[in-house]
Order: sequence, then structure tokens, then C-alpha cells
Amino acid sequence: MSPPIEFELRRRTLLAGSAAIAMSAASGQRSAAQTVTPTGTPVGPESTAVTLTVNGEERELTVDNRTTLLDALREQLKLTGTKKGCDHGQCGACTCTVNGQRINSCLSLAVMHDGDEVKTIEGIGTPEQMDPMQAAFVENDGFQCGYCTPGQITSAKSVIEEIRAGIPSHVTGNLTAEIALTDAEIRERMSGNICRCGAYANILAAITQVAEGDEA
Amino acid sequence: MKFDKAAGENTLFDNAEFVGRPTHRIDGPLKVTGTAPYAYERHDVVEGQLYGYPLGSAISHGLIVSMDAEAARNAPGVRAVVTTLEIDPLEKGMNNVARLFGGAEVQHYHQAIAVVVADSFEQARAAASLIEVEYEKGDPADYDLGAAFERLQGSGEMDTDTGDVEAAFSSAAALLDEMYHTPSQSHMAMEPHASIVDWSDGDQMTVWTSNQMINWNHGSLATTFGLDEDKIRVESPYIGGGFGGKLWLRADAVLAALGSRAAGAPVKLALPRPFIMNNTTHRSETVQRIRLAAGEDGKLTGIWHEAASHALPDGRGEDATAQTPFFYASDSIRAKHHIVTMSLPESADMRAPGEAAGLMALEVAMDEMAEKLGMDPVEFRKVNDTQVNPSNPEQEFSDRNFVECLDRGAEAFRWTDRNTAPGATRDGQWLVGHGVAGAYRGALVLPSGSRALLEGGKLVIETDMTDIGTGSYTILAQTAAETMGLTLDDVEMRMGNSAYPVSSGSGGQFGAASSSAGVYAACMALRERIAEQLGVEEAEFRDGRVIAGDTDRALSELEGQIDAVDSIEWGDFQSEYQMATFGAHFVEVGVHAGTGETRVRRMLAVCDSGRILNPITARSQVIGGMTMAVGAALSEDMALDSGRGMFANHDLAGYEVAVHADIPEQEVIFIDTLDPVASPLKAKGVGELGVCGVAAAVANAVYNATGVRVREYPVTLDKLIGGLPAIG
Ligand code: FES
Ligand code: FES
Repeated sequence: MSPPIEFELRRRTLLAGSAAIAMSAASGQRSAAQTVTPTGTPVGPESTAVTLTVNGEERELTVDNRTTLLDALREQLKLTGTKKGCDHGQCGACTCTVNGQRINSCLSLAVMHDGDEVKTIEGIGTPEQMDPMQAAFVENDGFQCGYCTPGQITSAKSVIEEIRAGIPSHVTGNLTAEIALTDAEIRERMSGNICRCGAYANILAAITQVAEGDEA
Repeated sequence: MKFDKAAGENTLFDNAEFVGRPTHRIDGPLKVTGTAPYAYERHDVVEGQLYGYPLGSAISHGLIVSMDAEAARNAPGVRAVVTTLEIDPLEKGMNNVARLFGGAEVQHYHQAIAVVVADSFEQARAAASLIEVEYEKGDPADYDLGAAFERLQGSGEMDTDTGDVEAAFSSAAALLDEMYHTPSQSHMAMEPHASIVDWSDGDQMTVWTSNQMINWNHGSLATTFGLDEDKIRVESPYIGGGFGGKLWLRADAVLAALGSRAAGAPVKLALPRPFIMNNTTHRSETVQRIRLAAGEDGKLTGIWHEAASHALPDGRGEDATAQTPFFYASDSIRAKHHIVTMSLPESADMRAPGEAAGLMALEVAMDEMAEKLGMDPVEFRKVNDTQVNPSNPEQEFSDRNFVECLDRGAEAFRWTDRNTAPGATRDGQWLVGHGVAGAYRGALVLPSGSRALLEGGKLVIETDMTDIGTGSYTILAQTAAETMGLTLDDVEMRMGNSAYPVSSGSGGQFGAASSSAGVYAACMALRERIAEQLGVEEAEFRDGRVIAGDTDRALSELEGQIDAVDSIEWGDFQSEYQMATFGAHFVEVGVHAGTGETRVRRMLAVCDSGRILNPITARSQVIGGMTMAVGAALSEDMALDSGRGMFANHDLAGYEVAVHADIPEQEVIFIDTLDPVASPLKAKGVGELGVCGVAAAVANAVYNATGVRVREYPVTLDKLIGGLPAIG
């Protein structure tokens, strides 16, 4: 849902001096907005009731339509294991799965997920009972500060599944053969998850250990 | 405990059971399950938290003429708005160069000028965008650091001036004189600066934040808000990366505090990612001129290094000459850092401030000079090793094993197998090259305290020391267990809270050596208490027992609580020595013969950092540094908009840090050194050493691969493509 028109207009006026925004603001949109008279209130309801199944538990909540899935998890459900690194889909810290597929939860509004099944790091394991991937991260020291870690672990588990499901990546050579679980495949598919602490080599070791353990 | 002479044979740490052993992080299970609480996530600490959202200045310098916050105040859910015009400029905290809030003057782009507090994040964000600001822009400013360097070079008193540099340059067998450039860089910790502040009553202030230095932060909050220190409590148990960006009080805590006072409720505020570039600090761009003179034997006779960086008035900039007076032997050395005042966001410390940028240039210059002399670059560095401080030959290094780093690295990397002819090695479509660089980083220590409390055989250590991912929780628990003869399971670490004794904090590579010595001091004091209580002397603590003469008691049987507080104080004898850490980095790259794209293929670091307290966490710090340096070498570049005085690429899409696909096999070798001058544990830091020199090793490898010498970072394909060998 788009923000209210008045908000849009004023935002442009306000940020006219801000270079990056000015550089990226499309002039076409500007003229479209100018034809509408600003009004004080948004059109339609501002919040919506949704039901999510989070880590196997049904949760009913009313969300501001602007609330991202990430903020619904972190602020309303207080599941803070899913992290906010950028809020712009650029870092992967907010990775969780929706209906079994990994997504950047900061790039998705909570209202879009009525009826969906969401799994967060809290649903993957606990300190007392870690998932094999979590244990492998500890064993291989696949992190330092730990802030990107839930996202890395969620992506790591999905990466193995995606390779096994035959979903190709940029580095997949042969699209008709079975995809091998190589270092290059893992690195490529994990590249949406940034780790500024630079634990990549250890993360790769953890993922490889789990993947090989599965096969053994 | 005063550390007033070099550590002797130490039965505790020289035959350690825990210290120096590979130990998995004790906080690991919390971090991998998402249960370690970071600053913005403390739902449990106080009821009724509201959301704060900042507004940043849209000009780089000038005045704010007016602000209309009426619409924001009336927007849905808004509880309070505080604009910078409503309050006087706040006092600046420790090492804050730009004001964090207050007053009409704008000193840099995205300087905080308002905070909106609302019931929800969405409401606060929307309302913040309704604030109308009228600015009076300052005069057009000059952002040309290269031109400033041209004007300034040779001027002012040199920071270092030993021997006769002019003579060295007039009579040398080989001379080098080149200009180098490193761009501004952003820390870009994955967790943005964030705080929850409860200052609802305008009296007591509690701050849950993400900060490397609890005590500095605590003091700065008191200064900024004119409060007594004992009215403030600061907690920062988990920090999602710092790299120097969270050393100081920053706008997140200040805005949350102002918002909390105005709204009469606790407020949480995280800086939006686009604020990180221009609102927080960064490493300044540097322009460097390096002149080297050498004899035919390859010995340096003159080193002349001048550099410039930008800073706000009274700022520190980035001293790229930091290592130059100390690293290589030379009869004459001249070094000077020129600070150029610019209306840019605040430049300040970022991981290995000074050396990180300085070695990006110096170690390329060393590579170039080796080539001029027809020497192997490893050999050239070995020939110019020194055991004394070259700019003060009276002073010895406490422990320096640079040559061993080079030798061990060359062997492990199979350096001699490389093709020395640039541009002559192909692997399919890739031009392959190898590069080496030296690493130097000073080894600081700071006073550091803690409290050790024993009850029922369990030991609690309290210290305001932080863990920014470096592994402090673990190494301090190892130190405590070792000293008390307990196991890691017997130790509980409580850290990152101003209620606990003041520690060194985390920064400048001083954290591990300082804080482990501080925990050792408190545990030794506790041992004394226990011995007193039992009326024994010369007690031994091992296997959970205290043993002295006929006394042999389990610590778990001792009555009640016994506790001791102590800190490590560093004796003057250390200043008789130059204390530093050393390393050698080896890198293999492939540069695509057609496109000029560079891929790092193999990396090796060899580190000389005294006793390594925990090889697992130390290695992670080093590979993390190597990774950050790959970004510095190949992609990281804060793009300056010189028309507007701001960094334009202010997010993680535009500012490109290394990702998984950029990082190859990485190997780290710690040469087993002990530095008895450095600390009672004979340990030094390693976290910043890992970032030092690596980028130059990448650039040198690119040169070896292509024959194109790039002296302007990042080494991007546009700088290579014109000079690549013809595709035959
Ligand atoms: S927080 Fe969602 S991608 Fe960064
Ligand atoms: S562990 Fe710190 S960002 Fe990945």
C-alpha cells in the first residue's frame, strides 16, 4: 500500500536539498503526484488484522499497514532473533522463511502474509537444543558479533535445500545435471547475507560440515 | 595490581590449561539462536517503550533558519518532537568533534536536527518526514584533498624527523617517489547504532546501548546532559559490531535521551542505515606521498612520508604515517600528517586508525622499491627489519618477530613458486598474480578492572568490558578459570555494564591484553582474600581446590561470599620499549584478462601478537580483518559529492563491503611468541593487525597479475583495463 499522498509530497519538498534522494527521485512520479490535492487523512483503513503461524504457533495481530514483516516479528511478537541491519533488503540480517522459502522480511509488509507460515531463528533451535546448523556455527566460529548470524543460519539451511531441489544459481554450470554442493555454489547463494565481521570462511565451513553430515 | 616489570616465568599461563587453548565462544549458543539481546531488542528492561526517529540535516554546513514541526506534532501517534532549535548546543562528549545535537549551526550533512517520538516506529518515521526545515547554506566549500596536500606538503614542523633525509635522497642508488590515495571508508557494522534510554523523570538515566567503551560513554552522557555520573547507568552486553564506530557517544543515545525526557517515557531509537555514512563517523580519505631511498644492498637510507586527511575543525583525521617511524630500519625518516579542515561528516577512528590506510600505501611503495632494486619483496622487507625503534634507536621493541612472519608465510604460501614477471601467468581467462605485504600495528594497553566473586565454588566476574564480537566473554572466562583453578563451567561472566568496575573497553587492539590482565588482577586479589580467610600463605589453586601446607579445601566448601576488586595498572617500564604487533600477508588474485575483474583466490596471514589467548576467536578476528581489507582493496569507497559535501552512496547497496562470494580460502598462522613486557599474560591484541597491510598485498598481487600498478584505491577494473596485456 502506498503512503498517503500528502506524505509523499511533503517528503519531496523536505528532502529537495538531499542529494541522494534528489538524484534518485523520478521526475515522472513528481508530476503525477502534483495533480492530486493533498488531504489530511489517508484513504482506507490504516491497520489490518492478520493471522500468522509463527514457529508453529498461530498468532493474531493487528498491524499498521506500513509495518514490515520484520518489525511485526521484532516489535509486536518480540521475536528479536531476526535482525534489522539495513531495512532495505541489502544485508540479509532479517532473513526468515515464509512458507518454507527464505525472504528478506524487511522487504515485505506484514499485511501481505495473512495465513502464512513464518519460521524464525527462535523456531530453528534453542541454546539448550540447537539445530545442527546452529551447533556447526558455534563449532566453526561462524560469527563474531553475532548480529548477522540468525540470518546466515536461516539462509544456510535454505541454501542446502535449494541446491538439493535443483534450483540453479549464477554459478551453476550445467543446468540439466544434478547441482553439486560446491564451495562456489554455497558462496554465491549466501552472498545476500553480509557479515561485516567477516566470518565467511568459517560460515562456509559450518555449512559444508552440515551438508556433508546429512549425506553421510 | 601494578605491572611494573616484565613478566617472568609464569607457571600459571606458561603451562596453561585454558588460556591459549582453542575454546568455543561461551556466548555462542545465545548468538546462534537469536537470544543474545542487542540494544534495540531489550523489550524486557522497561515498560512502555516508545519509538524515536531522527531527522538529519540536508545541508553540509550553514544555519537552520526555521523548523516547522507543527504537522509532525499533530501526526497520528506522536508523543513528542524535539528540534535542534529548541535547545542550546549540547556539550560535546569525549572525542566528539561535531556536536551531537542542539543549536542552529549545521556542521555536517545528516547531523541530527530533530527527533520524533511516537507510539510506533511507522508513526515516528512518517512524522519525521513532515518537519519543514529552512536552511541558510554556508559558503561553497573546498573538498579537494589532493589540492590541499599540494599546498601543504613540506610545510609545518615534521612529526618525525630523524637523520638527514635530504642527504639520503641526494646520494641513493635507488629512489622512489609516488603518490597514493585511499578513499573514505565506513565501519558499516551490521547492527546500526541503537539505544533505548529511560530518562522519563529527567533525573535518573538508564541507557541500553551498543557501545564499545562503557566508561567513556557513561562520562560523555554526563557531560552532554550535565548530569552527575552516578545518576546514569549504561548497559551494553552485546554489540553487533563496532570497528571503532561505536567508541564514542553518538546521536542514537542522545536523541533517545532527549526524546525520553520530552515524552516522559523510555524511548528506543536506531539510526536508519542511510544515517551511518553521514551521521556517524568514518575513516577519512588520505592522500599520501611516499619517497624511499635505498642503497644497492637494498637497505633503506631514507623514508619520507607525508599524508593528508580531512577532519572537522579540531578533528583527528586519519594519520596514514602512523607506522612509518617504527616499521622499517632507515638512517633517516621524515613523516608528517597534515589535517585538512573540511565540512564533511566527522572522520575518526576506524579499525587500526592510521596504519590501515598508511600501510595500504607504504606496502605498495615497498613492493615498487623492491622491483626497482631487483629484489624479492619478501627479501627486501627482511633486509630492512630492525629490532630497535628506527626513529629512536635507544628504544628496543619489546618483542618483534617480523622476519619470522615473512619466512613462515613465504614457505606456507609457496612464495618462491610464483612467477615474478608481471602479467605473465595465465589460468584460462584469468591472469594470476601473487602479492605480499608487511603489517604493523601498535600494541596499546589501558588500565582495566574487574570484580571476582566466589560463592559455593562458582565464580562471577563483573567488569564493564565489552565483547564486540572479539571473544572477550570467552577469553576472560578462560583467564579467570585458569587463575582460580576452576573450569569454564564454574565461571559466569557479567560484562558491559557501568555498574561494574571500569575496564579498558574494546578498541585500538588494547582490549584483550588489558582486560585479561584486569581479570587476572582481580582473581589474584581474590586468591589472597581466600588465603587470608583460611589463614594460609602461598596457596595454590588448582582442580577447584585451594592447597597450602596441610590445608586442602574445595573452593565449593568455603563459607559465604568472598569477593575482591582490583585493576591492572601499567608501569612506566613499558615506555622504555616500543610495543607493537607484526604480520605478513600473502595473497593470490586472478584478474580477468578481458574484463579486468579481480577475484581474490587465496589468502594467508602470519601474525606475531604475543600469546594468543584463544586461537579460535583470534583467528576469527584476523580473517575478519582480512575480509574487511578485501573490501578496502577492491570495492569500498565512500563517494564524495563535492557539490553538496556529503557521501552519496549511503547504504549497503552503494557502499560495497566484501560478501561471501568475494572471500576465498583464508589461512592464519600465529607464530608462538610471548611478549613479557606487554602484559602479565604476555599477550597483545590481534584484531587490528588482521586488517593492516592486506589491501596492499591484494594491490601488489594485482600488479603481479597484470603489470598495472594502481596507486588509487579501490583497485577497480576501470583502473586496470587500459593496461591489461593484449588478448592474444
Ligand atoms: S534488514 Fe532486511 S536485508 Fe537488511
Ligand atoms: S558476525 Fe558480526 S556481522 Fe556477522
